[in-house]
Amino acid sequence: MFQILNEKGEVVNEDAMPDLSDEDLKEIMRRMVYTRILDQRSIALNRQGRLGFYAPTAGQEASQLGSHFALEKEDFILPGYRDVPQLIWHGLPLYQAFLFSRGHFHGNQMPEGVNAVSPQIIIGAQITQAAGVGLGYKKRGQEAVAITYTGDGGASQGDFYEGINFAGAFGAQTIFVVQNNQFAISVPVEQQSAARTIAQKAVAAGIEGIQVDGMDVLAVYAATKEARERAISGDGPTLIETMTYRYGPHTMAGDDPTRYRTEETDNEWEAKDPIVRFRTFLENKGLWSEEEENEVIDKAKEEVKAAIKKADEQPKQKVTDLMDIMYEELPAFLKEQREEYQEKESK
Amino acid sequence: MAQMTMIQAITDAMRTELKNDENVLVYGEDVGLNGGVFRATEGLQKEFGEDRVFDTPLAESGIGGMSIGLALTGFRPVPEIQFFGFVYETMDAINGQMARYRYRSGGTRPMPITVRSPFGGGVHTPELHADSLEGLMTQQPGLKVVIPSNPYDAKGLLIQSIRDNDPVIFLEHMKLYRSFREEVPEEEYTIELGKAEVKREGKDVTLVAYGAMVHTALKASEELEKDGIEAEVIDLRTVAPIDYETIIESVQKTNRAVVLQEAQKQAGVAAQIVSEIQEKAILHLEAPVLRVTAPDTVYPFSQAEQVWLPNHNDIVEKVNRVMNF
Repeated sequence: MFQILNEKGEVVNEDAMPDLSDEDLKEIMRRMVYTRILDQRSIALNRQGRLGFYAPTAGQEASQLGSHFALEKEDFILPGYRDVPQLIWHGLPLYQAFLFSRGHFHGNQMPEGVNAVSPQIIIGAQITQAAGVGLGYKKRGQEAVAITYTGDGGASQGDFYEGINFAGAFGAQTIFVVQNNQFAISVPVEQQSAARTIAQKAVAAGIEGIQVDGMDVLAVYAATKEARERAISGDGPTLIETMTYRYGPHTMAGDDPTRYRTEETDNEWEAKDPIVRFRTFLENKGLWSEEEENEVIDKAKEEVKAAIKKADEQPKQKVTDLMDIMYEELPAFLKEQREEYQEKESK
Repeated sequence: MAQMTMIQAITDAMRTELKNDENVLVYGEDVGLNGGVFRATEGLQKEFGEDRVFDTPLAESGIGGMSIGLALTGFRPVPEIQFFGFVYETMDAINGQMARYRYRSGGTRPMPITVRSPFGGGVHTPELHADSLEGLMTQQPGLKVVIPSNPYDAKGLLIQSIRDNDPVIFLEHMKLYRSFREEVPEEEYTIELGKAEVKREGKDVTLVAYGAMVHTALKASEELEKDGIEAEVIDLRTVAPIDYETIIESVQKTNRAVVLQEAQKQAGVAAQIVSEIQEKAILHLEAPVLRVTAPDTVYPFSQAEQVWLPNHNDIVEKVNRVMNF
């Protein structure tokens, strides 16, 4: 397993140390702290009924944000349902992320220039699509990559294999990240496959595969950065497995992790917390203070509040709105139905 | 003008659009060097290069998903599914994904994809090659489904499908590929999607058909004419959206209708059409609207096709029933 920082925040692989400025390092920490707060607030807001569908992210900050930090603006993200943080840091306004959670089409309207699609609910579908985006970039001669995320359970899908295999066969500029958080809802990764690692599944596609400490933000960043370079230099796609953990439930829709996880396992992974170890690393370098961390926390809370307010202000969806986004030009049968609904809506 | 078979007209349409729009990409299993298992893409790779016309690994779901990704980067994909019986492998990519993308992105991620695929019976294919599965696709909001019955329509409809900015399923009946030739203009032209064509005018009964059943309907009409029954034959050309206007107009004139399809009774689109006729024109009807369809079994073992597939005698019989109701 590729690692740069150990659990104590000590550099254990100096040679692999990525070239990041002090400001970059601090920015990574800010984003991780912000995202942890966002997760806490989202869970609370969900419990108050002010958010809908929500898949907790705490524990996966290094995996999600370390990989995102290695990207450029022109890179295209095809996220799974847990990968909202990457979208936010790629440019999706927070209030729109909340609208996605609530189930409002405006939440999925990526602003112009934000190269991404909304979180994919069908596990595996994003993987074949990412092969297509990566091939599209190659055909356009564009120095950009597609990056897609799935979980350990997702690596059992047919589309997972087809996606990495197509990308390999076409030399697509794609990075496939499997965030192995040890459980697919209640099913432990050992029950998904007899393979020792998910990274080794890259062998079946004939592409590069690497298993990374997914609680180590520097290792995730370095692995993604390298995969990106390889992709845009024409050396094909990479499969990155990040070994991580979700501290919360699978989703907020009634999942209770105490049914399938032991306190012992939880404790074991909490000791690996990506924020704790990166904080120690930065503090040892004199780059981080409690004051700075509190600033980020306050900022996050304020922005969440403002975003929820903005989401509240979004006009309610009408059936005619939903009809208007079906086709470029409304077919006759829908025009007919549209008139019916417009009539209803005008009452 | 040139005499073309339907397969030649289809190749000609793809050539036209590959030439017109550099974003058009044609790919699938064996469509490149080999020119397709039916020669639909014959010569296209040689003319436009491997970057535009290419083979893929053998995986329909991958082909569907890849098409979405290519569309997200501004391409206009024209993938092929070798036989439409294999669509089950890629149902999520088509119905679960590309059909929904414009909507799910609030209009920001359109999918200008045309999925071409052969289907249809009468040529003794092995299992799951000939099944009529258009009904599965017409039930999916966001898709358009086109089924041409002749070379002229095939070219005009395919060019229009490729230019459409929403996903189109373009189904090609295998029996019609080379069964006859007709005059097809060499220059480009389009036929609007969602518009039926009256193939034969008549005053006594409306026959609504699509695909190979259009020809069966025309054959039945000739026999009916001998008994003094003038059937009006409508070729739907597009089965989603359906041109109900043309159907209703015809039924208001003839007061009787029979809807024809090669698919099983519980499949296809016939039930939808009957339903629409009774909603819109019940007061014009002199008899119930009947259907000519295949029986509700799995598609027949090839030696049983002849007794299973609906034929012109079935049509004559049903027409006589509505005439004598």
